[in-house]
Amino acid sequence: MRADRLSPVAWALVLLGAAIMLAPLVWTVLLSLKANAELVGNSGAALHGPYTLQNYAAIFGTSQTMRWLLNSAIVSLGTTAGVLVLCSLAGYGFARLDFPFRRTLFVLVLLGLAIPSQAVILPQHQLFATLHLHNSYPGLILPGLTTSFGVFFMTQYMKAIPTELDEAAMLDGASRFRVFWKVILPLTVPAQSALAVFTFLGSWNDYWWPLISATRSDMYTLTVGLAAAQMNYAQTSGLGFLMAQAVFASVPIFIVYLIFQRQIIQAMAGAALK
Amino acid sequence: MSAGVQRRWQGLLFVAPFLLLYCTILIYPLLKGAWLSLYRVDLFGGGTFVGLGNYGRLFADPVFWQSMANTLLLALMIVPLLTAIALALALALNRATRGAAILRGVFFSSAVLSVTIVTLIWRFVLAPDAGLLGELWTAAGWAPLPFLSDQSLVLPALAVTTIWWSVGFPMLLFLAGLQQIPHDMYEAAALDGAGRWTTFTKVTLPALKRTTILVFMLQTAAQLQLFGQSQLLTAGGPSGASRTAVLFLFESAFGRWELGYASAAAEVLFVLIVAVTLTQYALTGRPGADNAR
Repeated sequence: MRADRLSPVAWALVLLGAAIMLAPLVWTVLLSLKANAELVGNSGAALHGPYTLQNYAAIFGTSQTMRWLLNSAIVSLGTTAGVLVLCSLAGYGFARLDFPFRRTLFVLVLLGLAIPSQAVILPQHQLFATLHLHNSYPGLILPGLTTSFGVFFMTQYMKAIPTELDEAAMLDGASRFRVFWKVILPLTVPAQSALAVFTFLGSWNDYWWPLISATRSDMYTLTVGLAAAQMNYAQTSGLGFLMAQAVFASVPIFIVYLIFQRQIIQAMAGAALK
Repeated sequence: MSAGVQRRWQGLLFVAPFLLLYCTILIYPLLKGAWLSLYRVDLFGGGTFVGLGNYGRLFADPVFWQSMANTLLLALMIVPLLTAIALALALALNRATRGAAILRGVFFSSAVLSVTIVTLIWRFVLAPDAGLLGELWTAAGWAPLPFLSDQSLVLPALAVTTIWWSVGFPMLLFLAGLQQIPHDMYEAAALDGAGRWTTFTKVTLPALKRTTILVFMLQTAAQLQLFGQSQLLTAGGPSGASRTAVLFLFESAFGRWELGYASAAAEVLFVLIVAVTLTQYALTGRPGADNAR
């Protein structure tokens, strides 16, 4: 960290920037705390009271938002669990074992880092239609499991663990899988947690695939549900309620961010700088 | 099977589960997409081989060119500005005070939101009748500007929304880059009597070269795929003024179900993004290469 002091002008600019970052968030929260009827034709009413929690009560009452929250949770947790299992196994294989075509296969995996999801969306959509996987949890989870980054990340991490540990365990007669499970895996907990938080965040915020795969409103994730809500929005249907949904959908991810800040930052910086 | 042969193939068992899924869900569709782009395919399947016909039609389609131009314009507005702001923030906030830590959190906070929440928030910042900016404009005695329905304002509005949403991650990368600069380089510069500006241009900037290229290229690749902001805030309007390439692809595929035609558009986009990614690898070292600058 540098010790030199920032000039007052620079501080003023940074604070102005921070105000620009926060103002839309504060505005959203204020709108969400107003009765819908008060906002019709006059969103400026949000700047003063009376405030109410009725829009939040409506979310817990009749709306589909809770269902979307549940779907998002199932899909994100399922994707995270799947990624951890698949990438740990593959990472161990690539980092520790020699087998035919190892290099070729690793290059094939690295290729995936450059494939944007838009380039494969049509055949993916057809494939999942053929398998009758649209509007299902497996259908929403599976594409998220093909993460080249995860395999790359775990391979690099496991390569850095000294091989003496494996060899000692093998001498004691442990099988390869037992070595992986009992010796190596416990040592990768920091990498696992960084990858987990990173995957969870990406999956929770994914819009592109669920938009295409989940076409029934009871299978929407929060991202798609909120997209539908804002596309169908008419001022009569309640600006306050719409914004309460936005705040409600942001809360889980802000909590995850606050708890796992360090892991998120590590994984993100690692993702790009490695 | 001898024990040796068994051991030789054992590694495949560890990588097989991932590779099977990866090849089925990613590599096969990648190849299938290239194949599809050579056919005229619609919702009812079938398909006639048209060779490069879809590409010919695509390159003669003014709507496609408009969407490509919009995409490039957006990237041009977003990427340099975003890179500069992120660098400035990193330089200002790279200090061990509590205030700096809080501000880093503030500037990163929007990055954890999904695109649908971001557009929901910005819809009611930008809307002239119910938006925050509309209220501010009115309070200042001006007529509110129709940011999302004016052809010349809509792209800058989407660019600002995107910069607000994306500034956190590049800032983080620059902070990580700054942390890697050895402290003795600054001491040496101080011993040589270098001033602040000289230290910045001769020590800090050169040391951040790799990070800057990385941020620039990652952002270029990301903004070429810009979709949600355009689809949700404006549906590509007014009159296509904010339709991006991915929105064009989405509309051709899932609006008009012209699968072959949309595949051709996807291939063009794919080549463009791979070119950007390869340029990044060439300039910063391939993934897996040593992290040393």
